[in-house]
Amino acid sequence: MAKGLVTFNEDICKGCELCVAVCPKKIIELDQSKINAKGFHPAHVVNMDECIACGNCAIMCPDSVITVEKL
Amino acid sequence: MSTIVYKKTKALNDTQFHYCPGCTHGIIHKLIGESLVELGVLGEAIGVASVGCSALCYKYFNCDVQQAAHGRAPAVATGIKRVRPENVVFTLQGDGDLASIGAAEIVHAAHRGEKITTIFVNNAIYGMTGGQMAPTTLIGQKATTAPEGRTEEHSGKPLKIAEMLATIDGAKYVERVSVHNPAAVRKAKKAIKRAFQCQLEGKGFAIVEVLSTCPTNWGMTPVNALGWVESDMIPYYPLGNLRDFEEAK
Repeated sequence: MAKGLVTFNEDICKGCELCVAVCPKKIIELDQSKINAKGFHPAHVVNMDECIACGNCAIMCPDSVITVEKL
Repeated sequence: MSTIVYKKTKALNDTQFHYCPGCTHGIIHKLIGESLVELGVLGEAIGVASVGCSALCYKYFNCDVQQAAHGRAPAVATGIKRVRPENVVFTLQGDGDLASIGAAEIVHAAHRGEKITTIFVNNAIYGMTGGQMAPTTLIGQKATTAPEGRTEEHSGKPLKIAEMLATIDGAKYVERVSVHNPAAVRKAKKAIKRAFQCQLEGKGFAIVEVLSTCPTNWGMTPVNALGWVESDMIPYYPLGNLRDFEEAK
């Protein structure tokens, strides 16, 4: 299975959780330990090893926060 | 070695969207941008913004955008396309703009077969002005001007724009899509690209109606709003192609 690397432009994340909802591996959540400049908890990947680089999170992100690479 | 699966399209600049968290209007922006880049026409593209949440879209696209008066985007786009036929002209309009005050403009732009592409964002409510009832608001759906929910007796049934325009000969490409899950987003992109293709081949008027969310005015979380599109909107506004320029006479 392909491995993926997901990076978030955390400063512009609005914490809407659409990426969280569509991730087939359920490895995205809002980072409760951070607050970005907009005042939201930004999304992050909890376990990158499980990412399959499907790109669903990036496709659904309305604010183009996410970049997905296949390793 | 890594390969990029997804990154932000170069058709959008670095300005942050003003849209509310989870509003799928942002996804539609991305699809328009990606389509223009993939067709190689970003440099020739001219957008026409409407009034509503889409009014500020000129801030985000890396192409020229003209702001039109409320509902008049198809009329402005008609002028631009007739003067500059070599350019790719599109309008980005919401339902409060296109389906109500701009209903005459869109019908006659389609009727004349203007070679423009319209992206119609249908979120069943007036977004920017504060959640008033739109012609597309569903029966029973609450709005600030229909606090008990829309009733057929008082306001009639919601207007099906795609079906209406598909009865007009000048409209050569009519499709309704949604962006409530990744598979739907991929289909929506194909439709938007084909709508631009219709213009590039000089076939006539093209419109894609995109079912979108308004979590703020619907009073839902962004994720629940996606579910509402699937459970309530799609049964009334069925997805699919209503006319394609390959078959249209």
